[in-house]
Amino acid sequence: MSEVLAIFEHDRGVAAETSFQSLGFARALLAAGVGSSITAVVIGAEADALAHDLGAYGASSVVLIHHAELTDYAPEAWGEAVAELIALRSPAAVVATGTDRGNEVLAYASAIADLPFAANVTEIRSVGDASLDLTRVRWGGSLLERSKLVAATYVLSGAAHVFDGEPSPDHIGATAATETVDATLPDTAARTRITDRVTLSSGITLTTAAVVVSGGRGVGSAEGFAPLVELADLLGGAVGCSRVVTNNGWRPHSDQVGQTGKRIAPELYIACGISGAIQHWVGMMASKHVLAINTDGEANMVGKAEYAVIGDLHKILPAVSAEIRKRRTP
Amino acid sequence: MALRILVCVKRVPAPGARITLTADHSAIDVKNLGFTTSPHEECAVEEAIRLVEQHGGEATVLTLGAAEAEEQLRYAISVGIVKAVHISHPSLVGESDWDPQATAAALADTIASIEAADGAFDLILFGNESADAGGFQVGVRVARKLGRPIVNGIKSIEVGDTAVVAQRESTSGFEVYNLPLPAVLGVKEGLNLPRYPTLPGRLRSKKAEISAVAAEPIAGGLLTESFDNAAELVVQTTMLGTGEDAAPAIVDLIERLGLL
Ligand SMILES: Cc1cc2nc3c(=O)[nH]c(=O)nc-3n(C[C@H](O)[C@H](O)[C@H](O)COP(=O)(O)OP(=O)(O)OC[C@H]3O[C@@H](n4cnc5c(N)ncnc54)[C@H](O)[C@@H]3O)c2cc1C
Ligand SMILES: Nc1ncnc2c1ncn2[C@@H]1O[C@H](COP(=O)(O)O)[C@@H](O)[C@H]1O
Repeated sequence: MSEVLAIFEHDRGVAAETSFQSLGFARALLAAGVGSSITAVVIGAEADALAHDLGAYGASSVVLIHHAELTDYAPEAWGEAVAELIALRSPAAVVATGTDRGNEVLAYASAIADLPFAANVTEIRSVGDASLDLTRVRWGGSLLERSKLVAATYVLSGAAHVFDGEPSPDHIGATAATETVDATLPDTAARTRITDRVTLSSGITLTTAAVVVSGGRGVGSAEGFAPLVELADLLGGAVGCSRVVTNNGWRPHSDQVGQTGKRIAPELYIACGISGAIQHWVGMMASKHVLAINTDGEANMVGKAEYAVIGDLHKILPAVSAEIRKRRTP
Repeated sequence: MALRILVCVKRVPAPGARITLTADHSAIDVKNLGFTTSPHEECAVEEAIRLVEQHGGEATVLTLGAAEAEEQLRYAISVGIVKAVHISHPSLVGESDWDPQATAAALADTIASIEAADGAFDLILFGNESADAGGFQVGVRVARKLGRPIVNGIKSIEVGDTAVVAQRESTSGFEVYNLPLPAVLGVKEGLNLPRYPTLPGRLRSKKAEISAVAAEPIAGGLLTESFDNAAELVVQTTMLGTGEDAAPAIVDLIERLGLL
């Protein structure tokens, strides 16, 4: 019987929403004809308790990997632990969700095991004898690549939010057998351990705000952002921006939306003076509603947005803030 | 401590609103496109220059790619890198790419021979992922081949005598890593704000000598076959008006969405 190993990501014993998607991806592999059972892999003793629920997500067994060095996240130690399991069990496939950590751990594991690795897979198109035809994302999500993966064990990450993160309807009430494996990590595995954390003040952030007022080159200067900040404050939202803006030093990079910035999904994204380049679009395309404010009616952002206003953002935004104040005054 | 730093960069197209493919979908249509260095790597280049300014030493830039990738090496020199190495092969033309295992093997071999001749690099910088292929692995594979630690997603670097302190963004702030030197880091844009070339820098870059290295691709297991544009939803845009007169309509919308 061949297994699909599904790495279950967690941070000091706490799972994220995306963690469960590696099991959804593993179920998709089984459905496509890769492997016949799913083994969830939970790394580090502090996450043992997470194993209880995984049967309902399709795992028939759970491997808990223990080692003194596996107390907090360390990419090299996690990668070594996964590579050790590959050597021990020769699984059909090893999968994770394509998060920063998921991709990093699989890159390490595949490098150590000398296997190829396909990151951010969206679809398994067909299964051959020792090869898979798959589709994966390139360019931060704006382009799909069809490729062939030839390997003894397929190492794959599933693009985040593509595969099911809910319990499996076929496994309601199912429980998985747990097994503890003591890893034998090399001394070097500790080199990449987290040694400290810096916690920033929480509050409304770009990634959690319901409204994002975002500015591009059309804003013109750092001072030009004042009306965007004003409107965002009035709506309890956050300010975002394009890469041109951060390159000019008008806003910090932490405000940047796009392929090399943040991925956000607010209720309303107000794109002011942003042309709508593909690398910007991939960062905000998950927004529920988009309003484009642009002097150019032909701008790509205007064509793609649900709502648009043509005109100068420097005139429009202060008028919007004034109108909001007016309506709020009893 | 004077530092020896290496930065690995990749030449990528800079598409605008949409990526256009060739008729047979085998490649990006680059006829009307400009090219650039992957953004994360531009910040890696900048960081290498700053670290050398701070600690002394020397920074080198390395790429594997078509003849035209020389442009990206010269750009790195124009902003302050002193040495450049270009790995080429007859199969590397236009936008063709090697499999990540083949790319990593060639980079690691080249790094090993540079180090054998000139001394080890204290720090090697990669981008977190290349902008086009987004394989999320070349840096890790190279680091493993060299027997060095690597952490990705780095947004701050401080080099000490025997270790480098590197920070990576998390959902609640930053994770701090402490890697023994020599080390490798995969960095993200936002690490710094890259400088622009100066006129003397540009002149220097035109004359600079680039070391040419030949390499053969090893067989890798990930074979790219064709491309397709991601499905784009087609929307009917509702025009809310023009200029400041549209303000009431905008506020109506915000109210309708329950966001006022
Ligand atoms: C590999 C790679 C990764 C990238 N990653 C990102 C990324 O993460 N995020 C990102 O944003 N970009 C990214 N880019 C850059 C991207 O390609 C574009 O260059 C950038 O998004 C354009 O920014 P912009 O829309 O602000 O500027 P422009 O394209 O110059 O558009 C400015 C817009 O403002 C409008 N305008 C001008 N004046 C006014 C006014 N007074 N009122 C209203 N409208 C006005 C204009 O009509 C125009 O539409 C990346 C590029 C590459 C190559
Ligand atoms: N052809 C190349 N030449 C030099 N460096 C590269 C090349 N391809 C990838 N890299 C480096 O490896 C990093 C990760 O690439 P990737 O695995 O494709 O996401 C990039 O950010 C670059 O720093």
